[in-house]
Amino acid sequence: MSATVKPISPLAEVCAEAESIRLGSGGKLGDAIVADIYANAESIVRKVVCQTSDAKSNWDAKLDDVLTSRLFGYPIMLALLGLVFWITIEGANVPSGMIADALFAFQDQLSEWFALAGAPEWLHGVLVLGLYRGLAWVVSVMLPPMAIFFPLFTLLEDFGYLPRVAFNLDHLFKACKACGKQALTMCMGFGCNAAGVVSCRIIDSPRERLIAIITNNFVPCNGRFPTLIAVATIFMGGAAATGYDALVASGVITSLVLIGIAVTFAVSWALSHTILKGEPSALVLELPPYRKPQIGAVIYRSIIDRTLFVLRRAVIMAAPAGAITWILGNIYIGDMSVIGHTAAWLQPLGYAVGLDGFILLAFILGLPANEIVVPILLMSYLSSGFMLEFDSLEELRAILVNNGWTWLTAVCTMLFCLLHWPCTTSLLSAYKESGSLKWTFAAFAIPTVIAFAVCFVVAQAARSLGFA
Amino acid sequence: MQTQDVTRRVLREHFGVGAAPGQYVVALAGNPNVGKSTVFNALTGLRQHTGNWPGKTVDNAQGTFTFRDKPFLLVDLPGTYSILAHTVEEQIARDFICFGCPDVTVVVLDATCLERNLNLALQVMEITPNMVVCVNLMDEARKKNITVNTDLLKKELGVPVVATTARNGDGLDELRETMYQVAAGTLELYPRRITYSEQVENTVQKLLPAIQRLVGNRLNPRWVALRLLDGDRAFIESIGLHLDSQAKPGVVSEAAREVAI
Repeated sequence: MSATVKPISPLAEVCAEAESIRLGSGGKLGDAIVADIYANAESIVRKVVCQTSDAKSNWDAKLDDVLTSRLFGYPIMLALLGLVFWITIEGANVPSGMIADALFAFQDQLSEWFALAGAPEWLHGVLVLGLYRGLAWVVSVMLPPMAIFFPLFTLLEDFGYLPRVAFNLDHLFKACKACGKQALTMCMGFGCNAAGVVSCRIIDSPRERLIAIITNNFVPCNGRFPTLIAVATIFMGGAAATGYDALVASGVITSLVLIGIAVTFAVSWALSHTILKGEPSALVLELPPYRKPQIGAVIYRSIIDRTLFVLRRAVIMAAPAGAITWILGNIYIGDMSVIGHTAAWLQPLGYAVGLDGFILLAFILGLPANEIVVPILLMSYLSSGFMLEFDSLEELRAILVNNGWTWLTAVCTMLFCLLHWPCTTSLLSAYKESGSLKWTFAAFAIPTVIAFAVCFVVAQAARSLGFA
Repeated sequence: MQTQDVTRRVLREHFGVGAAPGQYVVALAGNPNVGKSTVFNALTGLRQHTGNWPGKTVDNAQGTFTFRDKPFLLVDLPGTYSILAHTVEEQIARDFICFGCPDVTVVVLDATCLERNLNLALQVMEITPNMVVCVNLMDEARKKNITVNTDLLKKELGVPVVATTARNGDGLDELRETMYQVAAGTLELYPRRITYSEQVENTVQKLLPAIQRLVGNRLNPRWVALRLLDGDRAFIESIGLHLDSQAKPGVVSEAAREVAI
């Protein structure tokens, strides 16, 4: 008896004493120990290492001092993010219009050919007005921003800036009792949330990994960026005086990303203080040297891996979705189409959160892939009467305004898009990574509840204050 | 020889390392990307065995070689920046050096960023004096106009320092020779003691007597005190486990307490 107890109890005693000293020092002792070890290493190295100045590593160190400094770290991060969006929006306008002109001119040609061939009206409807027009919208609205945004983002990645972002954000994550590596999984999430969820494997602690998996959805992915950019450009940009519209739109997108990041922190904090309690583990990050980006590789990676990947997914999903939406929009039960009925049924809920039935329906149908939310929405609007010829982004705005969009609808759509449930691919990844239905459900339910709650508050506040 | 039996049992049961009697056990530690695996491969050649650490999803590689008719078992620890045990890898490395009692611990350092790498060496030095510092990637350091005065480094650290470029095999003979001498105990080692700030030092002194009674000569009590003050839960668990499994009747003798490392 005593033989087994004896060696343990003195240990427990010493531990208790050490613990009381540690807590008495305000938890600073651990840091002091590490700082002392580093100070020793530094003093030794000063004696034994001699380095004749190396311009390159000097330059690296100076750049790091600025990019990761307490003072400039965050403003630079913000400025870069804003700059990337501004270039994207400013640059996408012209090619977007050009692509749209070409594609919709071809639509008229197609219609003529169908008429010449004597094809029945319903076939022309499904194939040209449904399928082709859906594709044309997707390509013209989504391709130019993606083709600009992804290379810019990859450029920052290639330059070596992303690890510095993780470094800057680390102490915020620590304050939320989450792991600093979560910043890296979020960067991954900007590309694709499913990939972001899988990348959470780099986090060692299961608790922190779950937090990262559940919150990954709050960074907008490839599939949602085009939606955000399109809505911001045509609504927020248009609201401002001409000349500044791209600036305003990029400001809006930047704030949206910041809201997403703020929600990430809030949810991480809430989770680690309730159902996933625990202390954060440390982040060890080797900052790689800055490199001159390889332009060829950047363009290849961003165009092939990201732009075309997303576009292909959107096209594959949007083509049948376009056809189906057209069919549903043209099958009438009573005096309303099937889509009309469903949207009407969703209308009260949609209206309460600042959207409408069609938008909510598009988000629900967009569960397999966020890329198709805008196409579905446009097609369901177009199929229910408003047949507009596409001339410019201004027409897109007209379609939306004709369907009752206000600035509040635009804001709530963007917020909902940012915060709502993850796509099925992400959920599947969350299930594979967590191995638990319960946590997968949490990854679905938490964003859903937050999206509805935030949009509800925004919509009700704006309406009761008389802004909309 | 009874203590060796005990450590061999611990090695086998806790770390999955089956060392033959009389075989020197060498632990290979180092930061990631310092050429640790190159050193490992250069020393062991094809006589390797890979697997996992018991109960962990971390790779473990062991290899053997013979030098001066003495068999050596080289254990490649996970690449870590520190052994303050924030990750599973660090915990494995720390527990192995601490409780596996290798005859020699070789710490591989990157000559191009010695300052960061040296932290690991200093931490290992607090656990065991039986170590060799291997300053690797000397060729890259030369390319970057960095010169490392290894003689001075040896004086500063109080343990053997060998400069190598493992890729070309430079310095490996000297490394083997030094490992042999440390393992055989023919080298005088005066490992540098890290100077801590006053606050840390005072609290360590407060805990030291009780810890000395507890761990005797099996662990460096200063180091145990520092870990406890760091609030290192994983370490407290490990130490409980290992003190328990090593415990023999009459836990720590009076004599053993006197010869605390």
